[in-house]
Amino acid sequence: MGKTIFDKIWDAHVVKKIEDGPSVLYIDKHLIHEVTSPQAFSGMEKRGAPLFRPQQIVATADHNVPTINQHLPIADQLSKFQVDTLIENCKKHGVELYGLGHPYQGIVHVIGPELGITQPGMTIVCGDSHTSTHGAFGSIAFGIGTSEVEMVFASQCVMQTKPKVMRINIEGEIQKGVVSKDIILYIIAKISASGATGYFVEYAGSAIRALSMEARMTICNMSIEMGARGGIIAPDETTYAYMKGRMFAPQGADWENKLAYWKTLFTDADAKFDQEINIDAAQIQPMITYGTNPGMGLSVTGTVPTLESMTDATEKQNFEKAMQYMGLTPGQTLLGMPVQHVFIGSCTNSRIEDFRLVASIIKGKKKDPSVQTLIVPGSQEVAKQIKAEGLDKIFEEAGIPIRQAGCSACLGMNEDKIPAGQYCISTSNRNFEGRQGAGARTLLASPLTAAAALLTGKITDIRTLLN
Amino acid sequence: MQSLQKITSRFVPLRIENVDTDQIIPARFLKATTKEGFGKNLFRDWRYENDDESQPKKDFVLNQSQYSGDILVAAKNFGCGSSREHAAWSIQDYGFKVVVSSFFADIFKNNALNNGVLPVTVTDAFLQQIFVQDATATLTVDLEKQTITIDATGASEQFEINAYKKTCMLNGYDDIDYLLSIRNEIEQFEQAKK
Repeated sequence: MGKTIFDKIWDAHVVKKIEDGPSVLYIDKHLIHEVTSPQAFSGMEKRGAPLFRPQQIVATADHNVPTINQHLPIADQLSKFQVDTLIENCKKHGVELYGLGHPYQGIVHVIGPELGITQPGMTIVCGDSHTSTHGAFGSIAFGIGTSEVEMVFASQCVMQTKPKVMRINIEGEIQKGVVSKDIILYIIAKISASGATGYFVEYAGSAIRALSMEARMTICNMSIEMGARGGIIAPDETTYAYMKGRMFAPQGADWENKLAYWKTLFTDADAKFDQEINIDAAQIQPMITYGTNPGMGLSVTGTVPTLESMTDATEKQNFEKAMQYMGLTPGQTLLGMPVQHVFIGSCTNSRIEDFRLVASIIKGKKKDPSVQTLIVPGSQEVAKQIKAEGLDKIFEEAGIPIRQAGCSACLGMNEDKIPAGQYCISTSNRNFEGRQGAGARTLLASPLTAAAALLTGKITDIRTLLN
Repeated sequence: MQSLQKITSRFVPLRIENVDTDQIIPARFLKATTKEGFGKNLFRDWRYENDDESQPKKDFVLNQSQYSGDILVAAKNFGCGSSREHAAWSIQDYGFKVVVSSFFADIFKNNALNNGVLPVTVTDAFLQQIFVQDATATLTVDLEKQTITIDATGASEQFEINAYKKTCMLNGYDDIDYLLSIRNEIEQFEQAKK
């Protein structure tokens, strides 16, 4: 029987399988950041054991960093201490750090791919659930906890039970005004926030093949929001074209050798999946979430569900809790509802292509004065490219400042937060209660839908703004 | 890691689905560089009005004095979202040794196991049976036999745990000791891979 791409990569990385237990899985690349690494470093120090393969680790500071005035010391003392601890730990243990002020600094899932660190066929982990992003390159990439970060420090391995595999086939052409964020929000709304728990998901089909690398990363990024360990897309010419010439991508003969291997990374025709889902790309409309988990999404022109549509008592109770938190009424439409904030950023949608999309909508126009903005490139490199392409001028003319790289308002950990009770259209990945700040009301959407709200101050169907 | 064999305790019922790790421990508490002291901020924003410990929310289960015990029982898809192990640390630091649900998110499950907190997956029907018990009811979780029992009714169910993780929990072993012990094999694997 044939193998899935997931099986091929997994099998090539199993050091040993423990009987009736997990596998010892070898990790090619370990990405770390300031929040989930300090306890792992101190754990190693308590054991008196050196890091096993420090040269396979790359560190950056992203969650805790301010997104303005990065040249100044971090004002929040706890954040500063955590970032300083990372600097100290990296120095002490010989780990490469792209910290604040470094030209490669940025959100860990943005910099890995853009520097060519992320490559097909690799196993990649990070103490961050959105590590699934890197699966867009045909790698097995997944988020781990801090104990597992320590395991990789100790042995360059993690103990993992092999997940089941699911394939989601998306065939056909997407409509104008629909982008990859809508595809993934549509899938999560369809299968729920736990619909892929226990699975690793391969995305396939003509609609996926047609996507750029940035768009593929957005899809793989949100795999975790339906519970999946990770998402993976087989590499192809789009992948190789994106990677070629990047800083840490293979060069010369090494490139040719690796390329030959990468071309073997696809799912065999007779491979079996534990579950398959087929989606017609043409059915997908611009999406938005209305609730407090990413599965609570609908088409931007749709209506919020009603209590009558639910049978289960706990489901009803949870739905009512979400409605109360969001300040919404069952059965209402969202279209035309005012929003006070727009956040464009996060590891889901802060890449150059996202800024190009937004710029294409706001070009020559002015921001609605009622809206406050947080527009945050994913990395220093993205910020540089925004300037190089002149996109910064378009934002400036629209009255929208561009900030500096970091996780920003995705997670209410740094200074960028949404005030309680206010609505934010956000290109990030989670609409959990309090995610963007205590009491903040998050509406997840695509960069296009966010751009529309920049201009109108309301939830808007982007298709009405396209010629 | 603390070992765990068998436990009989009252339980705290959290009848909420899709409890994400941002609720278990909000991001603003992740700035610590040690594992200690997270329990006081467990479910912080569900527990207190205005982030103020002097204003407990009366309708939240951790603030209802009739409920106590070493076991937390939650509705399905517990621990979804962020991979933050701080969620497991806060549950452990608060004093829970077992979390029962009909469905756990993968990363949380691993994080719990790596910290000596036992995730017990039960059927939806059994979960409902637990939820209808009164506050004085106790549950017995026997890891060796892999059973969970509602002591008042005698209703019992088997739960799954892989043999390796079970051994770790029963004895308080951790994966890192094991991985350190097989560094030679890992080096051989690296050589063969080249």
